[in-house]
Amino acid sequence: MSLVTVLELTPLISAVLLYAIPKGNTKLIKQAALALSVVALGISGLIAYRFDTNATGMQFVESHNWISNFGIKYAVGIDGLALVLILLTTILTPIVLLAGWNEAEGGRWSVRTFYVLMLILESSMIAVFAATDVFLFYVIFEAMLIPVYLLIGGYGRGERAAAAMKFLLYSLLGGLLMLAAVIGIYIISTNQIGGTFETAKLATLHIDSLTENCLFLGFFIAFAIKAPLWPFHTWLPGAAKSATPATSVLLLGVLDKVGTYGMIRFCITLFPHATKTFTPVIIVLSIISILYGAFLAIGQRDINGLIAFTSISHFGFIVLGIFSMTSQGLSGATLYMVNHGFSTAALFLVAGWMVARRNSSQIEDFGGLQRITPVMAWSFFIAGMSALALPGISSFVSEFLVLVGTFTRYPVAAVFGTTGIVLAALYVLITVQRSLHGPAAPGNEGISDLNIREKIAIAPVIALLVIMGFFPKPVLDWINPSSTATMQAAGYSDPLPKAGK
Amino acid sequence: MFTSPILDYSLLAPILIILAGALIGVGVEAFARKEQRAPLQLGIALVSVVASFVQLLRVRNVRSLKAAIDSVAFDGATVFMQGSILVLAFFALLLIADRGNFVAQASAIPGSQDEHSSIAEGKSQTEVFPLTLFAISGMMLFPAATDLITLFVALEVLSLPLYLMAGLSRRRRLLSQEAALKYFLLGAYSSAFFLFGGAFLYGYSGSLSLSGIATAINVNSGNDIFLLIGIIFLMVGLLFKIGAVPFHSWTPDVYQGAPTPITGFMAACTKIAALGAMLRIFYVALSADVLMWRPIITVISIITMLVGAIAALSQRDVKRTLAFSSIAHAGFLLTGIIALNQSGLKASLFYLVAYGFATVGAFAVVTLVRDSAGEVTDMNRWVGLGKKSPLIAGAFCLFLLSFGGIPLTSGFIAKFSIFTAAYESGNTTVVVFGVLTSAIALFFYLRVIVMLFFTEPRSDAVTVSVPSLKVKFVLAASVIVTIVLGVYPSLLLNSAQSFASFLR
Repeated sequence: MSLVTVLELTPLISAVLLYAIPKGNTKLIKQAALALSVVALGISGLIAYRFDTNATGMQFVESHNWISNFGIKYAVGIDGLALVLILLTTILTPIVLLAGWNEAEGGRWSVRTFYVLMLILESSMIAVFAATDVFLFYVIFEAMLIPVYLLIGGYGRGERAAAAMKFLLYSLLGGLLMLAAVIGIYIISTNQIGGTFETAKLATLHIDSLTENCLFLGFFIAFAIKAPLWPFHTWLPGAAKSATPATSVLLLGVLDKVGTYGMIRFCITLFPHATKTFTPVIIVLSIISILYGAFLAIGQRDINGLIAFTSISHFGFIVLGIFSMTSQGLSGATLYMVNHGFSTAALFLVAGWMVARRNSSQIEDFGGLQRITPVMAWSFFIAGMSALALPGISSFVSEFLVLVGTFTRYPVAAVFGTTGIVLAALYVLITVQRSLHGPAAPGNEGISDLNIREKIAIAPVIALLVIMGFFPKPVLDWINPSSTATMQAAGYSDPLPKAGK
Repeated sequence: MFTSPILDYSLLAPILIILAGALIGVGVEAFARKEQRAPLQLGIALVSVVASFVQLLRVRNVRSLKAAIDSVAFDGATVFMQGSILVLAFFALLLIADRGNFVAQASAIPGSQDEHSSIAEGKSQTEVFPLTLFAISGMMLFPAATDLITLFVALEVLSLPLYLMAGLSRRRRLLSQEAALKYFLLGAYSSAFFLFGGAFLYGYSGSLSLSGIATAINVNSGNDIFLLIGIIFLMVGLLFKIGAVPFHSWTPDVYQGAPTPITGFMAACTKIAALGAMLRIFYVALSADVLMWRPIITVISIITMLVGAIAALSQRDVKRTLAFSSIAHAGFLLTGIIALNQSGLKASLFYLVAYGFATVGAFAVVTLVRDSAGEVTDMNRWVGLGKKSPLIAGAFCLFLLSFGGIPLTSGFIAKFSIFTAAYESGNTTVVVFGVLTSAIALFFYLRVIVMLFFTEPRSDAVTVSVPSLKVKFVLAASVIVTIVLGVYPSLLLNSAQSFASFLR
């Protein structure tokens, strides 16, 4: 059994183990869930340690027949791209469990159910990044919606049921379009090489251009909804406002990366020609996302809404990097996925603590926190700086790579993208000024600073943001080979620098 | 000169055992004492179903067109469909036997003194068991029949008991009787259409057997107009039975009015029988003429999916919602006929079983949700059920998710395989519509789930009665099958694959 399978199973088995603990013993349940998620983190660390950065292709592969009638396999394997996203998942899960220690109380169901759902979600997120069989990927892609749906609808705030429903319906609609495309590519493989769902084999098919375009769109729309790219983003703000901070972190930080991951893994790899056809359109959409997300973020009064719209802007950058079709852009986009995961985690977690203490999510209610709660304010400040990609913080590296990669092929798009950075400075600094500085808003005087548990939870995130800002090499070493391989497989080579005048 | 017919009794035995059980049941009605009847009837019914299934297993590898002269084909598809009808009927019988779902005395006028006294005397109408057995025998014959007369006889044998049983509800009897009458009148009409179509096909081909019709189409001997009329009229009769649009209008009324166990039985088993017969007719007799009927079935399939999914959105009654969902599923199932290939047949067989189990399970839940006056099917009163009885509500959600085709449930694999088959045959339009309709359909399944789990219970909310052992068994089996076929579908797909063949 491959270590990846072990890693997938660990949270799942952990979830089952939680049922051994009596429902009422919430403290033990929380401790057990946290401990078990740390075990998963350890296993993923082992995988990262054993991962061979020089090898191309998939590692830790494992393959078994699952539904032999359709050539469906349980096939997993990871390359650098999958590895960093899996690490993101396993690092963030214990952090959000620790950070959101009291989130499960007051939900519709028991505390235990919350942690069971969280662990199931972790397991399916690992599995979705590790799957190398398109059908397996699809099944997990769809099935993982259910725990998220229950987490938002059962433990969220405000219009939680409606927000959860909107999220689910959007995702399912995208998923069904993808299903049609999955069936399509399976039939083509049946006719050409014998029915299979293995990504590597499917990439060798010869598909006529009309069919390829249709199949590409089937996959792309599903991923664009998940990512979320403008104009498929409308489910996101509601879900982000309603979900608990822990759920939001996993939803925006990791789950939505499945969209951008899928674009790299399936859209580009399986349909290189269609990718070429649609690239201009997608570049335009991503530019719109960057600017639209940024402008709406500036106008947000709700702090969770703000984070949601900044995420739309950042996802625009990621998609831009992917479809710049340069290895720098792709590496930058992959690194961006990781950084965005951590920076969103920091923002959502600190914002969640602020909201819980202040009992309001309006930005103007938070004035003067810098003096009252310095640690919390500094944490939010650093998280904000990572959102605006300040040099020295990890997001800067990825944003820079994306823009450089884009500039070599699409200079105009890169110029538009760069304005996104300016706007980011605007929305972050305005929020920081309103919520942290100035006179203390009425009702803020008695707010307590972060307690020791919260400090322990936020410290690794901030540490990673800073360390990866100065020293991104280890992560890039994982990412670069798979980016280059993806570009080569799609038949792209980096444009040579032209001598300027 | 008259030669005595040659019958292969071992191959007909599964049907004959059921018929024998039905006849014994009639005898029991006549001779056994009142209080003995119910357990006796249930025993006889279950034993005949099990015995029939065992006999079917014994001869499952025999293939013969001569089971009853040339009228019954015993091939892979027959075995699979008869087997699945028997298994589902077994569970449906347990539901039927559960408890007072049936009228005390069918002949008493609703609301009359007669009715009150018969209820007070604790009477119950146990004829429902032999009637069910008769229906089962018809259902088993229908997908096996290879000539138009046998098909018609089987159609009537399966339909007539169902008309009657639809009217036997213990509560809301007028609604039930109305449903029965509607079902009977429309059913009689559709049977007439079927017969009429058969006559035209005979006129075209000079043969009543499916293979004779196929030969006639191949040599193109007759008048094409006769053929077209024949196909269309035959289709009307069959589409009525599976509840396809525009012949679906009876479905919601009958599903709502009939006693819930009967609805479950009808929804699961009739669909197998009718779709099985349709598959045989189109695959065996009319496959050469695919260009003529495929566009018609494609259009019908698409509008059936759409009407089923959209109309279900506005329903307020659980049974009516399930009825519209069954209409939508009839549309999905028709894509298996459109596919007209071996994968289509395999996918249809799998789909029917997956859908059948989820259906029986869903209706089993409906029988449990009650207030003092009996079953409550008004969805607004199901609100918050998840809080009171999470297990039952959870099971119901699982069945709905399976209907909706969410991965890791049997419904997903069913949809996936049937769409794959249709895509394989080049009918991408129907696949695209199928996928889009699934999205609409999902909305109403999810709406029910929201009602059950995400809404606070109301004051006049219902209670879930403690399920009896029989219902527990049915529910457990349906839940297990729905999950297992979703996670490891090869168990059934492999046998569907090996049994997916018609003898011509």
